[in-house]
Amino acid sequence: MTSLIATHWNYLVVVALMMIGLYIVMSRQNLVKKLIGLAIFQTALFLLYISLGRISGGTAPIIDATKDYTYSNPLPHVLILTAIVVGVATTALGLALILRINDAFGTIEEDEILAAKDADSKAHGGAE
Amino acid sequence: MIASNLPALIVATPLIMAAIVALLPSGALAWAVTLMTSLAVMVFAIMNAFSGDGQSISYALGGWPPPWGIEFISDGASRLMVLILSGLSFASTLYAKSLIEMEIHSKDQARTYGAWLLTMGGLLGLVMTADAFNLFVFLEISALSAVTLVAMGAGVDRRALIAAYNYTIIGAIGATFYVIGVGFCYAVTGTLNMADLAQRLPDATAAPVFVGLAFMVTGIMVKAAAFPVHMWLPAAYGYAPSAVSSLLSAIATKAAIYVLARIFFTIFSGLPDVTDLILKWILLPLSIMAMFGGTILAIYEKDLKKLLAQSSIAQIGYITLAFSVATISSISAGFIHMANHAIIKGGLFMAVGAIAVTIGKRANINSISGVGRAMPWTSSAMLICGLSLIGLPLTAGFISKVYLVLAVMDAGLGLVTALILLSSALSVLYLWKIVEVMWMRPYQGAPIAENIMIYGPLWLVAAANIVFGIYAKPVVDMADAAARAITAHALIGGGL
Repeated sequence: MTSLIATHWNYLVVVALMMIGLYIVMSRQNLVKKLIGLAIFQTALFLLYISLGRISGGTAPIIDATKDYTYSNPLPHVLILTAIVVGVATTALGLALILRINDAFGTIEEDEILAAKDADSKAHGGAE
Repeated sequence: MIASNLPALIVATPLIMAAIVALLPSGALAWAVTLMTSLAVMVFAIMNAFSGDGQSISYALGGWPPPWGIEFISDGASRLMVLILSGLSFASTLYAKSLIEMEIHSKDQARTYGAWLLTMGGLLGLVMTADAFNLFVFLEISALSAVTLVAMGAGVDRRALIAAYNYTIIGAIGATFYVIGVGFCYAVTGTLNMADLAQRLPDATAAPVFVGLAFMVTGIMVKAAAFPVHMWLPAAYGYAPSAVSSLLSAIATKAAIYVLARIFFTIFSGLPDVTDLILKWILLPLSIMAMFGGTILAIYEKDLKKLLAQSSIAQIGYITLAFSVATISSISAGFIHMANHAIIKGGLFMAVGAIAVTIGKRANINSISGVGRAMPWTSSAMLICGLSLIGLPLTAGFISKVYLVLAVMDAGLGLVTALILLSSALSVLYLWKIVEVMWMRPYQGAPIAENIMIYGPLWLVAAANIVFGIYAKPVVDMADAAARAITAHALIGGGL
């Protein structure tokens, strides 16, 4: 067991970050904090893929026919570059929405927004 | 040139045009270009449906052969899905012009159409791709642009912003779950191509494969708004601009459900024991809960758009139920219902949107009193789609129910059949509630002049409900081909 922790500690970090991220998303009232939680959750995903491609003692995959190297697998690293771009886009969109929510409701605390939303529902005559 | 590149053109055309449309100076011009683009995509989709003589075509993007490069697959399943998606996108675009003019500020209209095309392109890519990671990229393209579209509802109702925010968070978690699952499968197989995965997964170490399957299925269930991870959908569809609700309800969840079927029947086709366990003991009970939960919430819902969204949860339940039975005939019934539900719910959202902008406030059970007589064109088309929803004979919904019930009976699930019929009967209750208020109450308000730009496309969709209710053969044949195509790997492996 201890040897597993020693050799696979990066995966344990992945699991820990994933749980921390999800917990923040679910437990925080502040919309910006929720978004930070989401970013941490996605970072766990990035680390997972990067760990998958890494080989102990492996080097950058630049082919040199004269020497016999061990190469890390570059594909997961390239894949996660795409996922990072997606993550940045998601965060940017989320922050843009938070700005608009702050303009419209005057707050970014979820409980206050929900109270205002219920008031809207009553004003529109429809039940939630 | 065009014929050999159809799979790529179907996806690339809306994505490229999105960038151009977003920069156009006026909303009307942007609408015209968007309409032309969606028409072109629909023509490509029809050409694609007839290509390959019923054989599947593999398209290597950029000339890199699969499994190394990204592969687009044009087989029975993706052909049908592309037809549904492009056909309903065209009808929704045709319908969108007047509604977007009324609901969205003029300086934002062109950019809204840009997001509209991005959503289309993302969803079309989702059904075309045969690469598990590429699928994630299309999932996020469509999700982020759909969120933008939902948020545009803020001009009418500020609650749209909350709905869009929650959609962003929940959608991103769903997509991340999916990619985590893909990562596990990649770790043990070293491939991302779906057909290649299908071959290699049975020989791989079992534990990571199971974890991968669980993550992928959970993630896509969030995107498909399957019970119990559907909570984002009623708010998102309820507060989105009316045109957006009709587009998203017709095509967005359909593409995700198709991906769910791909995961079970293509990627994990080599592990029938495991997928069977999940389908029979998890997806099937959840589908039944969705059928009843969605219907019962719809009965008590007063806001019309939210009522339709709740009913969508139930209808998604019928489709996932069909897939969870996992016989060729039930998968085919699932595809039939996907096609029919797209025209049913697309039409209903169009009608409710038309009513909402005409009466100038949210359509709820009190504000639509007597509208049936004041807006005869819109309301009669709505009634046709409504009858199709509950599955009356001579409508498309009837065909869905017949094939679904027969397939489930054939699989020996008598109790489930009874539950399907019971929940369909319950759906009469919420439809009747609307009919009663719309036609049997007096109308108080100014006379209404109906706009043919709005009820024209609505009638197009309503007519499709009748045409495919009487002449169902093309849909049934294509759905059958789709079911055979999506399970093709399983059949080779001797599964199913």
